[in-house]
Amino acid sequence: MIKVEHIYKSFGEKPVLQDVSLTIEEGETLAIIGRSGSGKSVLMKHIIGLLKPDRGRVLVDGTDINAISYSELRRVRQQFGVLFQGGALFDSMNAFDNVAFPLQTFTTKTKDEIRKEVEHCLDVVHLPGVGAKKPSELSGGMKKRVALARAIALRPRYIIYDEPTSGLDPETSNTIDDLIKNLADQLDITSIVVTHDMHSVLSIADRAALIHATRMHWVGTIADLHRSNDAVLRAFVKANEYFIGEPSTPSAARAS
Amino acid sequence: MASLQLRLTQPFFSLGRYVMLLAKAFTSLGEFGLYRKNLFVQMVRTGIDSIPIVALAAAFSGAVTTVQTAYQLVSPLIPKSTIGAVVVPSLIMELGAVVTGFILAGRVGARIAAELGTMRVTEQIDALEAMGLNSVGYLIVPRVMAGVLMFPVLYVSACFVGISGGLLAAEISGAVAIGEFIQGARDYYLPFGPYFGLIKSFVFGFVITSISCYMGYFTEGGAEGVGRSTTQAAVISCVYILLSDLVLAIVLL
Ligand SMILES: Nc1ncnc2c1ncn2[C@@H]1O[C@H](COP(=O)(O)OP(=O)(O)OP(=O)(O)O)[C@@H](O)[C@H]1O
Ligand SMILES: [Mg+2]
Repeated sequence: MIKVEHIYKSFGEKPVLQDVSLTIEEGETLAIIGRSGSGKSVLMKHIIGLLKPDRGRVLVDGTDINAISYSELRRVRQQFGVLFQGGALFDSMNAFDNVAFPLQTFTTKTKDEIRKEVEHCLDVVHLPGVGAKKPSELSGGMKKRVALARAIALRPRYIIYDEPTSGLDPETSNTIDDLIKNLADQLDITSIVVTHDMHSVLSIADRAALIHATRMHWVGTIADLHRSNDAVLRAFVKANEYFIGEPSTPSAARAS
Repeated sequence: MASLQLRLTQPFFSLGRYVMLLAKAFTSLGEFGLYRKNLFVQMVRTGIDSIPIVALAAAFSGAVTTVQTAYQLVSPLIPKSTIGAVVVPSLIMELGAVVTGFILAGRVGARIAAELGTMRVTEQIDALEAMGLNSVGYLIVPRVMAGVLMFPVLYVSACFVGISGGLLAAEISGAVAIGEFIQGARDYYLPFGPYFGLIKSFVFGFVITSISCYMGYFTEGGAEGVGRSTTQAAVISCVYILLSDLVLAIVLL
């Protein structure tokens, strides 16, 4: 379980997060939503200790990750898989080596086992055979999927996806949504999905948390989301061309 | 007001962050096994790949110093062997290390800062950290070690090539006979010279790679920031080469 407790974060004079709290339960899929620049990525980086809050705590399985030593923090991080917004593939390595990297670094698997594992992960993201390509030779969507393969290679307990579907075509987006859902269901992974794609939220998340004006504005289940009268939430959802209260027509959505 | 305060505290902030980065690098030495592969890659990129340009610069420095020294020594009272006595120690004690240092500041320093800067702004460093790796150990330790190990090799090559360049220039220009040149170099040979040069090359290797790693690792602000870090890495490395050159001369001579 991950608990974010009353964190504050400013860059210079500019507050980005103020008094933000959030609990992520074991096994659930939580969507963090909000406008561009609202601090979603900043919040996500706090959860793995890449950023330190000015005030407040982040607890992973009860451990305050900012109160432990660096080597202990690294052990906590090893339970996470992270898909960064831009993919963050190592551009000195080809796709295969990117996915193999965590396996080579953190397991004692043989070369053969690693090769099988990498091929399996690339299959899962529907990219068989791209192993030899360098990141610069991959399209944006392909990079994201290779990065996803890398994030799941070690079968982490927690996965954080930062905008897994942004900038992708509707079909690929659906594929990625399915993938996230499958991973969550089959491997019992706890997932945090940072997104502003409401279609994703509705199809994969158990709960959603909306960041607005530096605060945690609204947290609730998807059913709550449909019922909510909160103006900011409704505006956000509406801007994504969805209509709350009509869950029976989960929209012609992205296909349009 | 705030900006004045920032400007006054900036150097201390940078120094503190630089020292902390090195401390983090030092504490990761225990996991060196993880980074060994990187060390060899970096040694090739820093050392072997730099040999041609270092050799070129050293040959010209040797040749030019020879020709110009000959030009200055017009008096028939000064023996021609003096040219060797001037050129060889200058190469061994100063030019060999400093010319190599400037070239590596441009070639290696800029490359390191651009690489790490790009990794920073594209979140590759975050990705390493998020996996539970020590990014400083993984990225910085091999680069600094490669600099410290390979720079002396480059320095020695530079001295040999530089002296050869001097000999060749002496021969071609007819300024001094090779035998006389070597005689002069022998007569005024300082045993401490090569040690002094080697010490310099260790220090310069460390200065260039650690400063460039620092600039790259803490890059901010996208592609523009990478450009800024790259330029600063080369410029600041050069400044600190000159400073440490002076300090070493005062302390060791
Ligand atoms: N390292 C940093 N230094 C200074 N400001 C930062 C830094 N990181 C983020 N910010 C600022 O924090 C705010 C929130 O950024 P963040 O990247 O979290 O937005 P986001 O919600 O992820 O947006 P998007 O959906 O576009 O990715 C932005 O205004 C950004 O300028
Ligand atoms: Mg973001």
